[in-house]
Amino acid sequence: MRRLVNIRPGPGSRVFLGAAPLALAALAYLVASAARHAENPSDKLLPPLSAMWAAWRRMAMEVDPVTGAIPLVADTLASLARLGLGLGISTGATLVLGLVLGLLPIVRASLGPLVAAIAVIPPIAILPVLFIALGLGETSKVALIVLGITPFMVRDLASQVSAIPEEQRVKAQTLGASTWQIALRLALPQAMPKLIKGLRLSLGPAWVFLIAAEAIASDVGLGYRIFLVRRYLAMDVILPYVAWISLLAVMMDLTLAWISRRFFPWDHKKGAE
Amino acid sequence: MSDPILSLRDVWVEYGDKIVLQKVSLDIAPGSFVSIVGPSGAGKSTFLRLIIGQEAPTRGHILLDGAPLAPEPGPERGVVFQRYSVFPHLTAIDNVAFGLDCAGSMFLGRLYGRRRKAALEEAGHMLEKVGLAHSRDVYPAQLSGGMQQRLAIAQALVRKPRILLLDEPFGALDPGIRLDMHGLIDELWREHGLTILMVTHDIKEAFKLGDRVLAFDKRRHDPHAPHRFGSSAVYDFPLTGKSRRPPAEILALASREPAAA
Repeated sequence: MRRLVNIRPGPGSRVFLGAAPLALAALAYLVASAARHAENPSDKLLPPLSAMWAAWRRMAMEVDPVTGAIPLVADTLASLARLGLGLGISTGATLVLGLVLGLLPIVRASLGPLVAAIAVIPPIAILPVLFIALGLGETSKVALIVLGITPFMVRDLASQVSAIPEEQRVKAQTLGASTWQIALRLALPQAMPKLIKGLRLSLGPAWVFLIAAEAIASDVGLGYRIFLVRRYLAMDVILPYVAWISLLAVMMDLTLAWISRRFFPWDHKKGAE
Repeated sequence: MSDPILSLRDVWVEYGDKIVLQKVSLDIAPGSFVSIVGPSGAGKSTFLRLIIGQEAPTRGHILLDGAPLAPEPGPERGVVFQRYSVFPHLTAIDNVAFGLDCAGSMFLGRLYGRRRKAALEEAGHMLEKVGLAHSRDVYPAQLSGGMQQRLAIAQALVRKPRILLLDEPFGALDPGIRLDMHGLIDELWREHGLTILMVTHDIKEAFKLGDRVLAFDKRRHDPHAPHRFGSSAVYDFPLTGKSRRPPAEILALASREPAAA
């Protein structure tokens, strides 16, 4: 009998093993939903697929007479704009700060403790500060995302940059590279795939901060909608919205992974070391 | 003997009260191939770091071509480390062209147009010389250990350094590959009239390749305070074609446990 740690699933059984829990969860939901509806046809907690489809049609295909827009489209665009802006600012700031922190001992000595201090502040705790200081508009929501994920990303990238072997930095200098040239030709290209990795890891938290900010003060957005219809126990709207958010998150993650493989192939090559 | 290319004058390296190198005075003639051996902890690597410029001596002077050595690495001293000295994000040809890019383009760090073409041609010749002409467009991760070291050598030579420093360059390679590399470095040394300093653990390698062997060790040893005596070059063998076999005292030195133990 082989040890359990040595038993590896083949490609076919891997698909099956991966799909089985998902299928079981879906099945469990359908059974529970049918059971509740047999008892109480107006049950709202576990809506059947038909009810979710009807709600999805209402949200995603019909124009809301009050706002004159399709709610799902308006919510998605608003949320993605906030998220995109937040992620963009964070990524830009991370690239600059991560590089200088990782490369220059002087900067690491002076800014390192500050970044470390900011990183331990729970971002949601300063959301009221942001609302007070920046108002309830778009700025405070974007600021929450930026403050929420940038410190982590900066520290991650700085440690990745400083982990570039000293041999490489010395070698570059013996080839005549200046500090600027080391940053541009050695650290920047090697930092890019790490930056994308950090960004992918930060997508989850970024969504959390976005939805939190939208839930508290907003009039449009995916998080706003979920928390709005919560008052009516509208699980038939909430669940498709959650699925939609998950789909968006997965697509963003896959896109970033593709970009990394496409533009930084050397980081994905495993060979004889 | 012509003017030395590199001279050390009474050089000491101390970390706190620990003395690593003491009173090292040496002259290296241009065109020589100096092998540096010694037990672990005898300061071979510190010696090399001094000359690379990763460290400055606590006391004493190091002169390169008669002028004080800059206390940071520079293009007049090329280096090949045991590992990690090629850039993983650049293809072989770009790794070699890196030095030319840095020399020719201060702000962009990269040449374009005609100058890039010339740089690539020069880098291509260098790759040919180390036997990597067929691998110009692959990334280092796709090269074997020996090929990566060939690449590192080509990369170091493209700036035509005054001195080439080798830090156990073949230590991580299989014996067969190592023999090939010995052939290559010997050929490059003769062909280009290089001055080479090589730190190695392998005594046979040291005597086979070098035309001078320096052995580092502590001259005195205090069992109660082993850190209070530093190492210096205790043996200095100029080798002619005949005496290529390591003497017994060197073999004994190499097989000894680290000095601090």
